[in-house]
Amino acid sequence: MKKKRISGSDLLFHTGNYLFFTIFTILCVYPFYYILINTISDNTMSANGLIRFLPAHIHLDNYRQILKLDGLISAAAVTLGRTVIGTICTVLASAFLGFMLSQEKMWKRKFCYRFFVATMYFNAGLIPLYLTMKNLHLLNNFLVYIVPAIVQPFNIILVKTYTESIPKSLQEAAEIDGAGFLKIFWKIMLPVSKPILATIAIFSAVGQWNSFQDTLIYVTNKELFTLQYLLYTYINQANSLATMIKNNTSGTSLNMASLMNQQTPTSIRMTVTAVVVIPILLVYPMFQKYFVKGIMIGSVKG
Amino acid sequence: MQKNVPTGKRPSKEGYLMFLTVLPFLILSFIFSYFPLSGWIFAFFDYRAPLKLSQCEFVGFKWFVALFANKTQLSQLWQVMKNTFAMSSLGILTSVIPMFFAIFLNEIRNKRFKAVVQTLTTIPNFISWVLVYSVAFSLFAESGLFNSLLQQYGLITAPIKFLDSDKHTYLSMLLWSQWKNVGWGAIMYLAAVAGIDQELYDAAKVDGAGRFALMRHITLPALLPTYFVLLMLSVANFLNNGMDQYFVFQNAFNKNHIQVLDLYVYNIGISGNSISIATAISMLKSLVSISLLCVVNFLSKKTRGEAIF
Repeated sequence: MKKKRISGSDLLFHTGNYLFFTIFTILCVYPFYYILINTISDNTMSANGLIRFLPAHIHLDNYRQILKLDGLISAAAVTLGRTVIGTICTVLASAFLGFMLSQEKMWKRKFCYRFFVATMYFNAGLIPLYLTMKNLHLLNNFLVYIVPAIVQPFNIILVKTYTESIPKSLQEAAEIDGAGFLKIFWKIMLPVSKPILATIAIFSAVGQWNSFQDTLIYVTNKELFTLQYLLYTYINQANSLATMIKNNTSGTSLNMASLMNQQTPTSIRMTVTAVVVIPILLVYPMFQKYFVKGIMIGSVKG
Repeated sequence: MQKNVPTGKRPSKEGYLMFLTVLPFLILSFIFSYFPLSGWIFAFFDYRAPLKLSQCEFVGFKWFVALFANKTQLSQLWQVMKNTFAMSSLGILTSVIPMFFAIFLNEIRNKRFKAVVQTLTTIPNFISWVLVYSVAFSLFAESGLFNSLLQQYGLITAPIKFLDSDKHTYLSMLLWSQWKNVGWGAIMYLAAVAGIDQELYDAAKVDGAGRFALMRHITLPALLPTYFVLLMLSVANFLNNGMDQYFVFQNAFNKNHIQVLDLYVYNIGISGNSISIATAISMLKSLVSISLLCVVNFLSKKTRGEAIF
């Protein structure tokens, strides 16, 4: 068999194309790799930007030391809490509302649907929202991460569209058996809508994990800081933090090994970054198909 | 016994019950989306933080007038508007990049390579702007990767201040948002490409069309509808740059060019405590945004025959 001939211009095109995408992919991945290898390398070298391709003098001290940082544990707990609770709440609410708004029997159904969807197109603005939260005593309150995010019109549209695509006979059969709408929702629609709910869950979990603005605006209590916010403050004051840790550990005898691995501003910043980014890096490839599905369904509805 | 049977007009008892179960969510939606609109009233008062609104002086349109009457205020606002327009326009000008990214990625034959590129280039989209800033700091700070590389090879003697400088602020903001968004933005186009009928390509090839002719006459037209919808949406969001990106990158040096409208409202309202004037600005912003939305929707109806909303 003769191979298909590749013309010169074809070869040039393909080489250029592969080269471009290889470079762009490296640009997207290398920064994360750079941070990860720096967190496990000799801290003096990494502080001088000398760890570039391979880690050197591998150690895990940074990860051990970082646990001693003021507020890290509580920030992790807050972030985890809001991610889990917030996601569950909004998924259940979206599932329920999406289902209800597809039920023609419902009184004022059209009005309710418009009432929710209209909120996508306007925004009172930062200050009025802030004052509202203040009046509701949601400032410095864990609930500020959860309650305002429960009703998400876009998710409701997604579930409603999905529910309407399910054969009506499924629900009718249950109705004949005497099931009420709550039972139908819980026993039939919830299990059937799993694919779309998984998509919504993954998007809102990432959103909760990454959320930064709400802490910045509504929270001043250190115990309610999230990892994202903590990271932001660490980047801005990494220098003072390094001295803090140094003072904490100076009671023990200093040998060469511990000197080499002493925390520098760079190491602290990068290690916290790694702690925040690793969950995303782990979760994303596993759930990629849900992300892609989400954007596709979303694009249909615009 | 027939009173529970749903008839054509009258809703059943179950219908009311359903409404009742939805009601709590309507209230939530009202509290967090509709009720805050009442806060616009602060734009007409001289509001000072701990006081009650009733204790503050009603000043009418004073703040709106002050925005345009006060020289320093006006020049500041003018700069903010310039930044907002620059960032939004750059975003709109570069909005074709994800589409071309998808078109060219589609030319790659090796399926595995394609899948890997697709997965890895979308990762930056899923990290927050704080993390992006942390990445930027690691690479571009004075002791970061780039400065150490440049110094090692003797290209520079003193570290370059990439982040703490007001040079090329628009460009660097654009590049960071491209880095974060291009891979993800391409996904939607890639799916559209996958939906194109393969026979179209085969037929065109028989007619002697080359690679670029196929891209130009088959792939591109198939993607344009998606592109226009996204373009309209970004025009409608012209004033809404969001503030996360600009907030994390802002510092004393680049403040002049990085303050977009959303960030400005935050800076003067929350940090600066000028509640009333910040409300006035965000109120104007909302009104302009909604008008833009209506205009864009109208244009879309006229040109494409369907509304986007």
